[in-house]
Amino acid sequence: MSAGVELDHITVRFGDFTAVKDATLDIKGGEFFSFLGPSGCGKTTILRTVSGFLDPSEGAVRIGGQDMAGIGPNKRPTALIFQNLALFPLMSVFENITYGLRVRGVGKAERMKRADELLEQIALPGQGKKLVSELSGGQKQRVAIARALAVQPKVLLLDEPLSALDLKLRQHMRNELRSIQQMVGITFIYITHDQGEALTMSDRVAVMSDGVIQQVADGRSVYDEPQTAFVASFVGENNALPGTVTKADGEFAVVETGFGPLRGRNPHALREGARAILFVRPESAQLAPSQNSSSFQTKVRSVAFEGNMTHVFLEGAGKKEVMVTVTRHGGDIVPEEGETATVSYEPRLGLVLPEGSLARE
Amino acid sequence: MSSRTLVFIVPLVVIAFFWLMARWESRHVKDASKKGYFERNGKVLGIAFILLVAFWTVFLVALPYLYMVVESFHPKLPPMERGGPNDYLTLQQYGSFFVSPADGETNWLHMSTFFFSILISIIVTAINFTICYPLAYYMAQAGSAQKVRLILLGLIVPYWVNEILRAFALRLMLATKGLINNILVAAGLINTPIDFLGDNVGLYVGLSYAYLLVMMFPLYNAIESLDKNQIEAARDLGAPWWRIHKDVVIPHAKPGIASGCTMVFMFSAGALAAPQFLGGTRTLWFTSVIYNFFFQAFNWPRGSAYSFILLAACIALVMLMLRLFKVSLGETIR
Repeated sequence: MSAGVELDHITVRFGDFTAVKDATLDIKGGEFFSFLGPSGCGKTTILRTVSGFLDPSEGAVRIGGQDMAGIGPNKRPTALIFQNLALFPLMSVFENITYGLRVRGVGKAERMKRADELLEQIALPGQGKKLVSELSGGQKQRVAIARALAVQPKVLLLDEPLSALDLKLRQHMRNELRSIQQMVGITFIYITHDQGEALTMSDRVAVMSDGVIQQVADGRSVYDEPQTAFVASFVGENNALPGTVTKADGEFAVVETGFGPLRGRNPHALREGARAILFVRPESAQLAPSQNSSSFQTKVRSVAFEGNMTHVFLEGAGKKEVMVTVTRHGGDIVPEEGETATVSYEPRLGLVLPEGSLARE
Repeated sequence: MSSRTLVFIVPLVVIAFFWLMARWESRHVKDASKKGYFERNGKVLGIAFILLVAFWTVFLVALPYLYMVVESFHPKLPPMERGGPNDYLTLQQYGSFFVSPADGETNWLHMSTFFFSILISIIVTAINFTICYPLAYYMAQAGSAQKVRLILLGLIVPYWVNEILRAFALRLMLATKGLINNILVAAGLINTPIDFLGDNVGLYVGLSYAYLLVMMFPLYNAIESLDKNQIEAARDLGAPWWRIHKDVVIPHAKPGIASGCTMVFMFSAGALAAPQFLGGTRTLWFTSVIYNFFFQAFNWPRGSAYSFILLAACIALVMLMLRLFKVSLGETIR
C-alpha cells in the first residue's frame, strides 16, 4: 500500500529565517522521489514537515489525500530513516526491527515471524540476536530500513542515509534501495546532496536552493534541460559564461560573453539586452575548431588525466576556469599547459538561461 | 603489638607499594617510546608525587577510617586504661546494636531508628527522582538554551544559602503557626493546623531539597548524551511518550539514574542537620544516635560501630539495587 504526498504551498519559518518558501509538489504513490540540494537548502526541513516533527508555518501536507495537520509523527503513515540511522544501541537487531510492532501491541509470535521475513528480505537471515554494535555499516543500514518497513508505512522518508558509508558501499546500496523500493512498492522520499544518488535512483528529482524548489523533473531532464542557473551549475559539471543577450532568433540566442559572442539555445525566450548566462557542459565542448559551431580561444591552465578521460582547465572569465573533458576515442589532441586552444561546441548544446545565483563550488 | 599501632603500619605498606610500582615500571617497561616513571618526571618531582599521593591516600582516606574500624572493636574505656589489660578486641559494640548492654533486652529503639532512617532515605530518593527526571529531561532534550540556563541558575543559587538557615527557614514555613498553616486556615480549607513537622513532612521536604542537585546533575548528564534522533526514531515508529521514556530514555540514562539515586540515598541516610532541625519531636534519625554516642556519651567505640553498621547496610542496599537494575558500579561513576 502506497500513498501520494502533496505539499500545498508549504512555508516553514524559524523565527526570522525562512527555511522553506512556498513549496508546492505532488509526489505520486509508489514514486521514488528525491530532494536534491546543498546543505542548508531546506530539504531536511521538508522531510521533517512530511514526517510530522515540524508543522509548516503556512500550507498543508496531505498524505493519501488526508490533511496531516495536528497529526503527530507517531500517528502518520510514514517512517523515517535517519541520517545517522538512530538504531537503538541497547536493543538487539530483532528488538530494533520489531520496535514499531511492539508499541502497536503486536504479540511476540507475530513479531518473530515479521522479523524473520524482514531479515530475509534485507539478506541478514538469522542475525536477529546480534547487537547493533556487532553489525557493519552496510548491515546497520539494512536493519534501519527493515525497522522502518516493519510498521508497513505508506511513505518511507530517507534523510541522506547513505552519507556515512564509503563510496563502494554507497554505490551498492543505491541499487539495493532501488530494488527494495520496487519490491515493496511504497512511496520513497529521499533527501540527498549527492546528485549521483538522486539521478540514479529517482523517478523524479526536486532540486532545491535557499528554501526554494528550483525544478522538479526526472533525472535526465534535470541534467539536460535545467530551468535555472542554479540547477545548471549544481547538477553535473558546467561552464558558466555570463553576459548580455545581443540577438535572439527563434530557438537560439547570442550572448556577448567575455570571449565574444557565443550561441546557445534559448528556452526562456530571453530578449535582446537581458542579462544571461551561457552554459556549456565540459563533455559538450571540444578543443578544436569545427564547422557550424561557436568557438573561442583561451589559454590552457592545467591538464588532469583521469584514465578514460582527460579534463582540461582553461582560463575563463574572471577567476572561474573553463573545463573541457576530452574522451579517449574523441580523437581530440590534448593540448599542453600554457598553449592557446580553441574551445568549440555545437550551439544546440549551449544553453542560455536568465542570470541567477550559481551553486557554490 | 596492639591493634591500634598495627593500623599505623598500613601507611608504610601503601608507601612501599607505590615505591615498588614506580621501580617496577622503570625496570620492566622497556618500550623506548615510553619513558619510566622517574625519567618522565625527574627524581625530585617523582618523589614529591609519590609522597603527595601517599599522604592523600594514607592520611586523608585510609587512616581515619581504619582507625575508626579498629576503635569499633574495642570497649569504651577512660583514657587512662587505653592500652591496658582491659583494652581487648571485642564485638560488644556491634552486639549492642541488637541487644542493649544496659538491660540485656532487644535494642528495639536503635534498630527501629535504623530501619526508619533507611526507609525515609529510600522515600527521599524516590521523591527526588520523581522531581528531577522530568526537569532533567526537559533541560537536556526539550528546553531552549536560554531557558535551561535560567533553570540551572534557579536550581543552583538557592544553595548559596547555608544548610542550617535553609532548614530553619523551612521550619518557619511548615510550623503549626507557620505561613502555610495560616494560609490554609485563613482560606478555610482546614480548621486545625496540620502538624507538618511532627508528621515528618518537614523532614521529607528538607532532605529532598538538600540533595536535589545531587540527583539533578547525573540525570542531566546522562539524558543529555542521548542522541535526539533516538527519541524521534521511537516516536516516528509510533511510540507514545511514556513508551519512549520507558524503552529509550531510561535505559540510556540508567547509569546516571543509578549514580544519582545512590548518592542521594547515601547522603540522606548520613544526613544530620535536616533530620535534627526538621524532624518531628518523636522522630529519631540514626545519624543523631551516632552523633550522641560521640558527643554526648563520649562512647567513640559504640559510635563508630554504629557508623559502620549504617555504612555496611547502605552499601549492601546500593549493591543489591545495582544488581537488580543490571548496572555495574563502574558505569555509575562514568
